[in-house]
Amino acid sequence: MLKIKGWSLIRFYTILVYIWMFAPIAVVIILSFNPQQFGTFPMEGFSFKWYGDLFHNRTIIMAFKNSMILGSLTAILTTAIGIPAAMAFIRYEFPGKNTLNTLLLAPIMIPEVVLGVSLLLFLRWLQQPKSFLLLLIGHCVLTLPYVLLVVQARLVSIKRSYEEASLTLGAGPFQTFKEVTLPLLTPAIMAGMLFSFSISFDDVTATLFWATAQSQTVPVKIFAMLRNNISPEINALGAVMIVLTISIPLLAGYLARRFSRRLE
Amino acid sequence: MDNAKNNQIVQLRNVVKRFDSVVAVEKMDLDIEEGSLVTLLGPSGCGKTTILRMIAGLEDCTEGDIYIKGKRVNDVPVHKRNLGMIFQDYALFPHKTIYDNVAFGLKYRNVSKAEIRKRVTRALETVRLPGVEHRKPAQLSGGQQQRIALARAIVIEPDVLLMDEPLSALDENLREEMRQEVDNLQSELGITTIFVTHDQREALSMSDTIIVMKDGLKQQEGGPEEVYDAPVNHFVADFLGHCNFYRCRITGREKGLTTVEVEGGQTLYSEHDEGWEVGEELELLVRAQKIVIESRTEEIPGVSLNIFPGKVKSRMYMGGEAWYFVEMEDGTVIHAINISRVAPFHEGDEVTLHIPPRHCRLIPKD
Ligand SMILES: Nc1ncnc2c1ncn2[C@@H]1O[C@H](COP(=O)(O)OP(=O)(O)OP(=O)(O)O)[C@@H](O)[C@H]1O
Ligand SMILES: [Mg+2]
Repeated sequence: MLKIKGWSLIRFYTILVYIWMFAPIAVVIILSFNPQQFGTFPMEGFSFKWYGDLFHNRTIIMAFKNSMILGSLTAILTTAIGIPAAMAFIRYEFPGKNTLNTLLLAPIMIPEVVLGVSLLLFLRWLQQPKSFLLLLIGHCVLTLPYVLLVVQARLVSIKRSYEEASLTLGAGPFQTFKEVTLPLLTPAIMAGMLFSFSISFDDVTATLFWATAQSQTVPVKIFAMLRNNISPEINALGAVMIVLTISIPLLAGYLARRFSRRLE
Repeated sequence: MDNAKNNQIVQLRNVVKRFDSVVAVEKMDLDIEEGSLVTLLGPSGCGKTTILRMIAGLEDCTEGDIYIKGKRVNDVPVHKRNLGMIFQDYALFPHKTIYDNVAFGLKYRNVSKAEIRKRVTRALETVRLPGVEHRKPAQLSGGQQQRIALARAIVIEPDVLLMDEPLSALDENLREEMRQEVDNLQSELGITTIFVTHDQREALSMSDTIIVMKDGLKQQEGGPEEVYDAPVNHFVADFLGHCNFYRCRITGREKGLTTVEVEGGQTLYSEHDEGWEVGEELELLVRAQKIVIESRTEEIPGVSLNIFPGKVKSRMYMGGEAWYFVEMEDGTVIHAINISRVAPFHEGDEVTLHIPPRHCRLIPKD
């Protein structure tokens, strides 16, 4: 009896936690369909007004474009850097290997504020203006550790003997990488790109330091909008972001599973 | 190379391999004749895999030279050596079909599409697995994967086939079957094969030459009969099967036989003679299978030497054979293995042991 009571208590508690977590999100989505300027419950009517406004707000569309381009470029660049780096760390021996690996993973530990400021100071020292390139480099620094971790973990689990078999069969090191290692790495590469994209797409703290007026991203834009007035457009934007950040990983997960099933 | 004898396909000269402070292979010399099946036999960690990997080029030698077909290959990278290697875990590419797996090596060898198709089909027939082209390795059983690994290695017509404990992952029955198959295939195709194993039965049954190793050092090299019947030291004798060892001293020669006195004071006759001086201390070894065991009442016909009374101390039934531990009058215990007799002995039975002088080997004291 006591046991059952205990369990129902835990269940009740869990439900509370979930409500606490998801209620704000639900409210944002619901209010985004509210035609009134100041959202109150019960809602009077239902409209796509704020979504329409959103699509006609040039600065938001611009920020959206920035975020997409930045996220995609970050994802591509970090995997392009991350794959060879992971190969070097896992498959080869060289002096200073551990130090370098720790250094590359450090951005996970360093507070983002510190990263944001230090990159800015570095730029000042080089006497360069802020630019989109800075933002891109910054985001690569932020997300590279995650790509490295995911790809390294996968690489460790790919047996050396596959590559060795390929070599003994006459494929050179590069062909072996292309024919054997890379296909087996694909799920990890997809996951890494996804991490990279969503971290870049989400980031506020460091991006606040790096963004220029022209290179604002969506989160930074939302932050700016909140400072002026609370427009229901933000609800609509929030809803779009929620849908995007949930559906992209799901899609990627689905693709990865399809892909790895084909591999087996 | 001047010492390239016409039919030596792989040669190792003074090859040493060190991993930091660990010496994996010590001053190894090896000559492998074209078309033969050579086994590297030894306990775990004796350097077998390391030698194979050095021949394949997957590992550099610390010292010494490796020659393939008379050409020094120390600086030739793996993919240019034209060797077929079979890994313990098969290492079939999991993302490729069986067809693509077997065709893999041919893609890098200027072979036309049509020719590749023909050769893959033929290789699959050779390993008796036609019709699995479109499957993935995970859809095959362990034994089948093993055959595909074999097909993938032989389809490129390698100069040498290197196999690292290829049968150890299979269960007992399948292992026996695959062992015969590898053996047949090897003699059919005439492919020079270097086979690594720590299973003495595997080595004895399929090899032309066995190289017994210990701690990175070659202990003995020879045909299966030679290493089994005439081991050069305690380790080789012990590793190849159940042996009885006794400290002994040469006492003289009689009737063309060497006489020795064993620890307990008894005298044994041995056919083995390498010109030892009287008084020299050696070790006498007798394989457990070579000892004749009879009940005390039976006469062992035509035998007058090396006959000893004893008493069965314990017996182990092993299915095809029975193991007896027989206590002699001086207290020493002799291990005798007997292929199932009609009436087995029991604990406490009085028996007579005959140790044929032919099977008394004398080796250096350990
Ligand atoms: N990459 C390596 N780094 C360090 N030591 C190694 C390495 N590879 C092998 N060794 C050492 O070299 C020795 C020989 O190893 P090897 O793998 O050749 O043995 P083996 O005869 O194949 O044994 P097994 O029957 O267990 O496969 C061992 O002591 C092993 O610990
Ligand atoms: Mg080994």
